[in-house]
Amino acid sequence: MTRYILRRLLQVIPVFLGTTLLVYYMVFALPGDPIAALFGDKQPPQSVIDALRAQYHLDQPFLVQYGIFLKNLFTFDLGVDYTQQPIAATLARIFPVTAMLAIEALIIQAVFGVAFGLFAGLRRGKLFDSTVLVASLVVIAVPTFVLGFVFQLIFGVQLGWAKPTVGANANWETLILPAVVLGLVSFAYVLRLTRTSVIENMNADYVRTATAKGLSRPRVVMTHILRNSMIPVVTYLGANLGSLMGGAIVTEGIFNVPGVGNKLYQAVLRGEGPTVVIIVSVLVLVFVVANLLVDLLYAWLDPRIRYEK
Amino acid sequence: MKSTQITIEEASSLAERPLLEIRDLDVSFKTGSGEFNAVSGAHLTIMQGETVAIVGESGSGKSTTALAAIGLLPPNGRVSRGQILLDGEDIAHVHERRMIELRGNTIGMVPQDPMSNLNPVWKIGYQVKETLRANGKPDGPADVAKALAEAGLPDSARRAKQYPHEFSGGMRQRALIAIGLSCQPRLLIADEPTSALDVTVQRQILDHLETMTSELGTSVLLITHDLGLAAERADRVVVMYRGNVVESGPSLELLRNPQHPYTKRLVASAPSLASRRIQVAKERGIESEELLAPSEAVVEKHLPADVLQVENLTKVFKLRSGLGRGTDFTAVDDVSFSVQRGTTTAIVGESGSGKSTVAQMVLSLLAPTSGRIVFDGVDTSTLTPKQLFAFRRRVQPIFQDPYGSLDPMYNIYRTIEEPLRTHKIGDRTTREIKVRELLDQVALPQSTMQRYPNELSGGQRQRVAVARALALDPEVIICDEAVSALDVLVQAQVLNLLAELQSNLGLTYLFITHDLAVVRQIADHVCVMEKGKLVETGTTDDVFESPEMDYTKALLNAIPGGKLMLPPEVA
Repeated sequence: MTRYILRRLLQVIPVFLGTTLLVYYMVFALPGDPIAALFGDKQPPQSVIDALRAQYHLDQPFLVQYGIFLKNLFTFDLGVDYTQQPIAATLARIFPVTAMLAIEALIIQAVFGVAFGLFAGLRRGKLFDSTVLVASLVVIAVPTFVLGFVFQLIFGVQLGWAKPTVGANANWETLILPAVVLGLVSFAYVLRLTRTSVIENMNADYVRTATAKGLSRPRVVMTHILRNSMIPVVTYLGANLGSLMGGAIVTEGIFNVPGVGNKLYQAVLRGEGPTVVIIVSVLVLVFVVANLLVDLLYAWLDPRIRYEK
Repeated sequence: MKSTQITIEEASSLAERPLLEIRDLDVSFKTGSGEFNAVSGAHLTIMQGETVAIVGESGSGKSTTALAAIGLLPPNGRVSRGQILLDGEDIAHVHERRMIELRGNTIGMVPQDPMSNLNPVWKIGYQVKETLRANGKPDGPADVAKALAEAGLPDSARRAKQYPHEFSGGMRQRALIAIGLSCQPRLLIADEPTSALDVTVQRQILDHLETMTSELGTSVLLITHDLGLAAERADRVVVMYRGNVVESGPSLELLRNPQHPYTKRLVASAPSLASRRIQVAKERGIESEELLAPSEAVVEKHLPADVLQVENLTKVFKLRSGLGRGTDFTAVDDVSFSVQRGTTTAIVGESGSGKSTVAQMVLSLLAPTSGRIVFDGVDTSTLTPKQLFAFRRRVQPIFQDPYGSLDPMYNIYRTIEEPLRTHKIGDRTTREIKVRELLDQVALPQSTMQRYPNELSGGQRQRVAVARALALDPEVIICDEAVSALDVLVQAQVLNLLAELQSNLGLTYLFITHDLAVVRQIADHVCVMEKGKLVETGTTDDVFESPEMDYTKALLNAIPGGKLMLPPEVA
């Protein structure tokens, strides 16, 4: 098992180099001059422009720039962005916010998605099942930004249950509304996945055997249906965690959450190569580690899978 | 069981009332097109300590009757009439809570398929433990190990910590028997408890089950499709056909003197009881081959009599082990045999004996590690891709599972036509004519063309598979357990069809099977394989009448009902 984990961690190296190179190149290839954009309509003196270009190594060829970036990264010198803010400080500010948001969204998806899906699957074809199926279809069909604005208006403005925007004071409580919006689509997928899985497992021979042993219904459901049904759901949740961390651009925008999505979006707009690449690199790490955890959880859930090769 | 030696009269004097009595039972299922009766008017009585078998083909209602007795009908099924009296208490419509009380410690069950009846994600020990706990028995590790050991599982304390996928089929069935009997139920329902196992394992398991139930004084309701097995194991046999009990009585009496036409057919076609080769092919084979292959007849005369020769065939698989180093596993070890044109050669062995690996190598689906396969004078390993394509046309497979080997999205016409299209034979019209001919040959109506596999029965599907294999006019057909998944009656039909086709078309069969009873009916030559090695070869009659190897003898002894004496006119 240790060998397997080590090998998986070693795989991070090529993935990391590949993604950073690719992202760095894409930012480099963006049209427009990021330094000129800093000054808007004003025309700064050429000496200032040259000094800034030298500071960010923009006067160097692409591969040299990338090399310098890597060197700085491995010496833990993340540098400053184009507004002279230290990037390390920015990361320390935005990642905890997004992490809180992602964890809340994940809990909503996992706990409620599985519970509703289990209940719907066990009562297949009944009223609860049909209602939940239609509702989840609506959630999947409606784009996130529509859901976001509707929730903001109803729960934030009209009912006043939560703050309509998060702003500077991001904490577990203020992030609940954006987390609901962020988690809703995946909640619907988890629900449907669990439901299908439960229905499939309900008819399995070993479930009938478990009943024939004299087990009570709740025991049969918890030990023989639920655990077996979690296997595909866990895979989905793991793949989804990565997108929760990085893909919250729309939701963070609507609720003005000072998190990763927001920052990444701004950095892309400004053509800030180093900032974009550093954020993406951290996301790649999160994604790889999350998937490793999922694979380990998967092996625990399904003993037929063993990673010893 | 028989060893208890309790006749009905004695039993009724011992206990006033039967342990289980099923009276006028109707079980109906709700389907899209209304409600239909799967069981109607079933009658059944089991006394204390007695073993009763229900025999019938699939769909006869035998399993449904048994499931009704333990309250495990599927959600769309219900008992619509009649009574199920357990020790005088009617449990047909009893509350689920009472059923949960009864299951496990009063009525136990040993289900059919050991592969799917254990939950793959829980350790074997846990699955025994939860049974004990649910029925209020002591459930410590020692109790679990004891239950498993009693079911004949060696080294049970360690085995309890393993998962089902680490167990063989026979071991899993022992675990299921341990679960079924762990709480000493008064009635055990055994639903085809060994039909998924090899014959030798089957015998061990049934012997063990018999010993255990007679020690505990458990009554057994045995469900089986095999009349031979039922007669051998049960005191009384109940024959069911299309939801009705058509006949019942003491086993041997029923077997020797069947009254109902269905029972007569069942007795006549039970593979374990039949003892002679289906003769059509053997008698007419050689002459009709010449008649029916006029264009190639001249060529064929120069061909060697052995259409297929297998020489020193060996297959070694590399198994990965924990440290990344591979260990070798010899699946097929130096096997040589030859198959004569127009005859049937059977390769027999238990699972794991390497017989299917041989079939795959003969089909060129798997490359041998060493040795040669010579088809029609040519070594198959030297074939170019183009020649291989032509080779595949002449050697066709029929696989075991008629459910898995037909594409559910293809209608029957497309299924049979596909090989013709792949090999670019004829145009649309001639292909359609060919498909119609093939359906005639396998005795399926032409209307079948527009239907889909899921609308057909198992036997019909296997006929479709036969038609598809015949589409390219092959010379050799490799049947890998081609009839193992079928009911005895259907099995007999398909075997007859194969024999008839052999005599009409001069086909050569290589029959891979674990079922010696089938071999007796179809094969001219037998090769017995054990652990990758060929241990005995010879003509079918020789092998059956005077087996030389102990292994072959063990296989022959394990045929259920093989030793039962029948009057000649029935056999």
